[in-house]
Amino acid sequence: MSERTTQPPETEADSDTETTPTTVSSGATSVVRALENTGIEVMFGVQGGAIMPVYDALWNSDIDHVMMAHEQGAAHAADAYNVVSGEPGVCLATSGPGATNLVTGIADANMDSDAVVALTGQVPQSMVGSDAFQETDTTGITAPITKNNYFANDADTVGDTVGEAVALAGTGRPGPTLVDLPKDVTNAETDRDPGMAQTPETYMPQDEADHADVETAARAIEAADKPLLLFGGGVVKANAAETAREFATAYDIPVVTTMPGIGTMPEDHDLCLSWAGMHGTGYANMAINHTDLLIAVGTRFDDRLTGGIESFAPEAEVIHVDIDPAEISKNIHADYPLIGDAGRVLEQLDGALTTAPDADEWREQCLAWQEEYPMDYAAPDDEPLKPQFVVEALDEATSDEAIVTSGVGQHQMWASQYWTFREPRTWVSSHGLGTMGYGLPAAIGAKMAADDGEEVVCIDGDGSFLMTVQELSVAVREDLDITVAILNNEYIGMVRQWQDAFFEGRHMAAGYSWIPEFDKLAEAFGARGWRVDDYDEVADAVEEALDYDGPSVVDFHIDPAENVYPMVPSGGANDKFALSEDQL
Amino acid sequence: MSDGLDGPEPEERPDPDGRRNSQGIRIDPEVEAEPEDRRAVLSALVKHEPGVLANISGLFRRRQFNIESLTVGPTTDPDRARITLEIEESEPGIEQAKKQLQKLVPVIAVTELEPTAIRRELALIKVDGSAPDQVGAVAEMYDGKTVDVSQESVTVEITGSEQKINAAVETFGRFGIHEIVRTGTAALERGTRKTT
Ligand SMILES: Cc1ncc(C[n+]2csc(CCOP(=O)(O)OP(=O)(O)O)c2C)c(N)n1
Repeated sequence: MSERTTQPPETEADSDTETTPTTVSSGATSVVRALENTGIEVMFGVQGGAIMPVYDALWNSDIDHVMMAHEQGAAHAADAYNVVSGEPGVCLATSGPGATNLVTGIADANMDSDAVVALTGQVPQSMVGSDAFQETDTTGITAPITKNNYFANDADTVGDTVGEAVALAGTGRPGPTLVDLPKDVTNAETDRDPGMAQTPETYMPQDEADHADVETAARAIEAADKPLLLFGGGVVKANAAETAREFATAYDIPVVTTMPGIGTMPEDHDLCLSWAGMHGTGYANMAINHTDLLIAVGTRFDDRLTGGIESFAPEAEVIHVDIDPAEISKNIHADYPLIGDAGRVLEQLDGALTTAPDADEWREQCLAWQEEYPMDYAAPDDEPLKPQFVVEALDEATSDEAIVTSGVGQHQMWASQYWTFREPRTWVSSHGLGTMGYGLPAAIGAKMAADDGEEVVCIDGDGSFLMTVQELSVAVREDLDITVAILNNEYIGMVRQWQDAFFEGRHMAAGYSWIPEFDKLAEAFGARGWRVDDYDEVADAVEEALDYDGPSVVDFHIDPAENVYPMVPSGGANDKFALSEDQL
Repeated sequence: MSDGLDGPEPEERPDPDGRRNSQGIRIDPEVEAEPEDRRAVLSALVKHEPGVLANISGLFRRRQFNIESLTVGPTTDPDRARITLEIEESEPGIEQAKKQLQKLVPVIAVTELEPTAIRRELALIKVDGSAPDQVGAVAEMYDGKTVDVSQESVTVEITGSEQKINAAVETFGRFGIHEIVRTGTAALERGTRKTT
């Protein structure tokens, strides 16, 4: 893979130890040395003038570099690498256009609290502020979308700065960090070894919640008649899914997840009501709106989850567990704020609880809602292929640990609704920012992070795929065994769905009157391609594509009129979800 | 168009009675309970490095908090600066502003000052020069100082609370104000009470 294949493969025994630490002779080598110190194994990037010294310093490093087709792809790949592995993802770009191309990916990571470290080249300090060739104010542009960013101005300390950026990205509530690296700094001589990476002394996340607060919250749980657990992406980030499951089962409390929290609870578990929100299941949304005690862990109460604030869980007291104090009572008032690490606080609550809440009736009610509002679809043979059928076929043909990435749109909703997720870190999607084009580069990052043999499937939309299709060249070059399933409705379908519902069906700029043949496009890139139009072709194409040892693309031509349900109209009450268009 | 999913219609579903206000606080559905705004003075101790002020003002812009005033200056520690910020927000808004400020990595500490804290603002008021004696007399009334006099204008310096400056500005208005500049509030806790 990549440039590093020219080096002898490491043996099992020393794969965990640094074999050849970079010798520090310049700012750039110090940067690379700092990355090695933090255990970074892979980075994603695109070359360019201002970042060239850093690239040159990578020549002698064991860090694997994946050259991407576009910097947005590099940022998304790094992001997905983090989601799947839990380790920080690193991306690299040159100054000016390289840095601005990273912006969407950084903003995406910021909204989803993913640990991404962006290293950008910058013009020499003597030229900063002069509108020099390929200069942009990168730290200025990225300040609102990073956890923190740095302008490195000293070759002696640049390695420490990079180390701090890596440590900060992954500590507490994760998020993206950026280090802007002027060329004079990376080129300057220094022999100062960077020390071990440290977070800044002003950043001290609190691990354990206040003992007395835990006790009061525990009493509220014991007294609840209709308790409901809500697991968000923070549970995944904190590696707390196991603890969270044990907690739910020990006290027999029904669970809904947010969309980023998918996989924290196995979706086929008796207590799991799947995910809530705009396109969440009817039963999850009923449960949310009727609970009297919402135990929310690691969620920021995004408006796609809450619908209208006024009608969100209107009868519930809220226990809110979060590592970030600023999330407490930001959108939904927390009656019982518990600041701390998700897993640690759940353990504290477990320690404080003396009995499970008496909630038999409530559990029965939740089960009844599951019967009343089934996630189902009709797939008559004489109608065009239904996307839900394709998702289920892919799910059946893959293992429980298969990793799914997606673009943004209807296909993303069908993927999250009809795939049964059982493990955390297997659902990799753009939630907070909702970035079309996330799926393919994310599949590349996910594959780099996945264990051997772990399948990576990208469920993409035709529109989303077109936004970052060039990254297919990277998958081919790196020989990554990923399967892209395009749910092709020849529309930017989610937009069309809203036009149907709220703009009297005027499909302004939503249809593709002409769309490339994706199977042939895939072949042109050097990948394998299939086209599927009918139900009876699905199983074979899925099998062949999954079997193919390299990137494969299946272009599923689906029913262009299919829309996503249930749907909570934006700002509406969660339990007023529409089951069909005439209920909107 | 697709047929959608099965299940009872929205009207057939049980309806909870509760409600929250726009701050996400559960309220009695019978009463409108929107929190009222109040003025808060926040003091932040920050690292004295480039970009910090831009980060802070950017944060306030992005969250649409209206900054009433913002002052910055060094402290006795060359690596630290102190920022005084006045905002007018609802109670939850003020809490959120504090937490968001505290979240910025270069911010060391944030406190909301007591209502009794010492708050001072400085204003330079340039008025018409036709009646310098009277201007001097009014300046004295406000413990101010005449700092510049020319044929056409007199400039006075006033320090004090925001209300005092407002009053002074109004009084000087009768001479005809040419130009005015105000610093915004700087504030410290009284006595031995530490500000941050
Ligand atoms: C970068 C970007 N631009 C625009 C949008 C707005 N948008 C949301 S969904 C959507 C349609 C997506 O179309 P496609 O990828 O074909 O998926 P489908 O909805 O058809 O499954 C659009 C345009 C977005 N989310 N991201």
